[in-house]
Amino acid sequence: MEKGRVGMGLESHLGDNILTTTLTTMVNWARKSSLWPMPFGLACCAIEMMAVVAPRYDLARFGAEVFRFSPRQSDLMIVAGTLTYKMASVARRIYDQMPEPKWVIAMGACAVSGGVYNTYSVVQGLDQVMPVDVYLPGCPPRPEALIHAIMEIQKKIEKESL
Amino acid sequence: MDNDSIATLIKKYFPEAVAGLNIFRDELTLIVKKNCIVDIARFLKENEELDFNFLSDICGVDRVETDDVFEVVYHLYSIQKNHRVRLKVSVPPDEPCIPTVTGVWRTADWHERETYDMFGIKFDGHPDLRKILTPEDFEGHPLRKDYPLDGRQPATLRDTYRKGEA
Amino acid sequence: MTETATTTTTHLMTINMGPQHPSTHGVLRLLLELDGEMIVKAVPHIGFLHRGVEKLAEYRTYHQCIPLTDRLDYVAPFSNNLAYALAVEKLLGIQVPERAQHIRVLLCELTRIASHLLWLATHALDIGAMTVFFYCFREREEIYDIFEIVSGARMHLSYIRIGGVSRDLPGEFLEKTHKFVTEFPTRLDEYETLLTDNPIWKKRTVGVGVISAEDAVDYGLSGPSLRGSGVNWDIRKSEPYSGYDKYHFTVPLGKKGDVYDRYRVRIEEMRQSNSIVRQALNILPRGDILARIPNVTLPPKEDVETNMESMISHFKLIMHGIRPPKGEVYSSIEAPKGELGFYIVSDGSSNPYRLKIRPPSFVNLEALPKMVEGRLLPDVVATIGSLDIVLGEIDR
Repeated sequence: MEKGRVGMGLESHLGDNILTTTLTTMVNWARKSSLWPMPFGLACCAIEMMAVVAPRYDLARFGAEVFRFSPRQSDLMIVAGTLTYKMASVARRIYDQMPEPKWVIAMGACAVSGGVYNTYSVVQGLDQVMPVDVYLPGCPPRPEALIHAIMEIQKKIEKESL
Repeated sequence: MDNDSIATLIKKYFPEAVAGLNIFRDELTLIVKKNCIVDIARFLKENEELDFNFLSDICGVDRVETDDVFEVVYHLYSIQKNHRVRLKVSVPPDEPCIPTVTGVWRTADWHERETYDMFGIKFDGHPDLRKILTPEDFEGHPLRKDYPLDGRQPATLRDTYRKGEA
Repeated sequence: MTETATTTTTHLMTINMGPQHPSTHGVLRLLLELDGEMIVKAVPHIGFLHRGVEKLAEYRTYHQCIPLTDRLDYVAPFSNNLAYALAVEKLLGIQVPERAQHIRVLLCELTRIASHLLWLATHALDIGAMTVFFYCFREREEIYDIFEIVSGARMHLSYIRIGGVSRDLPGEFLEKTHKFVTEFPTRLDEYETLLTDNPIWKKRTVGVGVISAEDAVDYGLSGPSLRGSGVNWDIRKSEPYSGYDKYHFTVPLGKKGDVYDRYRVRIEEMRQSNSIVRQALNILPRGDILARIPNVTLPPKEDVETNMESMISHFKLIMHGIRPPKGEVYSSIEAPKGELGFYIVSDGSSNPYRLKIRPPSFVNLEALPKMVEGRLLPDVVATIGSLDIVLGEIDR
């Protein structure tokens, strides 16, 4: 039985083959272990995102093997790179096309806050366009940092209620 | 061919079109009059000794504060003869327009569109002169010196996606 | 009773490909008019990654522009650094010490291999050969390790300085690079075994995306995309920079100008780059890695702490930056994608008055409609892959 969970007296009668838990825990476990990312690779961070899928920093271990480029079939949108005003409405539209539940990682300094580019054409941060769950700074962030961000999303999912 | 021979040859055929020349760091720059640019471009490409068949780049420079002109700069290269030349044309700032060289080198198309987008210099005779890098509803020409670096457009971001338009 | 005559009309179908698409290699939008599956007209729309780098450079000192150049062609960052540094050094009229030149060539060729590996990985992935993607990334990680040893960063090195490079090569660099160049040819053979004589690969690439030599020059193509059509032009040979004239290498050429020829050209270029890196490791001389010019390069730290002039020079350089003479230069290198040129106009101050970047992918992409009209929709994917475009440098 997990730590911190309320035990039910029923368990002592059930024996060792049956575990009890809450529906929320089960659903959250399923959701966090099979996150299907949608890579929204815009600029240099997309290369590091590709490196995360590559053999050395394999993301498939986390259940995120399937990098769906279709928003309708994914639940995690990783926006990697600089968001410009020309692209902002496209990003928002793709976000709207994703079904619930969905999470967003803003990867890289440009997605977090505009990065180096405080210019006439760059949106100063992804959160001007859509709600962001995890901000991942770096220019570009190392692949280990992206894995850490995905683990943070997993921790966030664990705490969600149905 | 070395820079002096190129300059001499061009000045021989176009004595009134070349308004000036200079050589800096071993690079030849010819200052050319606006209405002669297409003829000179065609000559540079078709003359056998010069053979400038490759247009590397066209760009604009904003010299309105210092010299009250925009400059359009062409960088040419000859693949066979391995020599380079730069042509500069001055364009008045209130009505910046210049004939297009897309008839001479097809690659000038996008370069001229970018110069138009960034500086507002119109290229007469261009097949499809429209903005290339900035969004469709962007107003102004960003690389002009009077355009602020972090200038924001009148339509804000929230308006754009609230209306739900593409 | 009225008779209604039914007339059938045909319209061409307009399909939008991108800007978010796995095979467009970035944020590229293609509007394709299709007659069934055949493409009648293709119009690329770019600018979705336009970050205003040229304008930003006018507000930065010459030194501060170096990290901006990294982020242009982000799969081959060191070549952008090198092109920019060469342009500024030409403007200043300074010479770079020999050791620094050879280090630059070594890293530039490693960057070329890394860039071509990414090209092969994504090109093969688009066409359907997923294994090659994983193999190429395995090699790229080794190159990234080498970059990390030398500069601390995997991708955006910013290792170069005006007048040389920032610090000397650490001990383990030579050993690791030596191991890489020894193993790399066998790895390349592995990729060729998978692809070069593969009938499916050939069916997808032979005769696809053809452009003739004349059209290629007229459209301004450069790099492997031009050499695939048989035009023999490589800036490393015709206008050698940074000591390239001391190296022995051949420039591979294609014949027909189709996707397959461009593939063969780039694979062979990887072999040649490997050979150049091996030569560089052998001829690397001892010496300074940064020119000692008072108003341009920072003096060594030990001098700054003991010598008054060095301290003043250090202070002035940090506060005001480099001040080149008034004038303009255009300098280009053979980047992995083609001719990467920098046109710098200086007005004597510490910021560039105008920094124009001549990106090879911008010009190469112009030729896409020519290569793709009359072909089928899947050929668009193969052709975009073979042009090897990077939107970071197209849009700047």
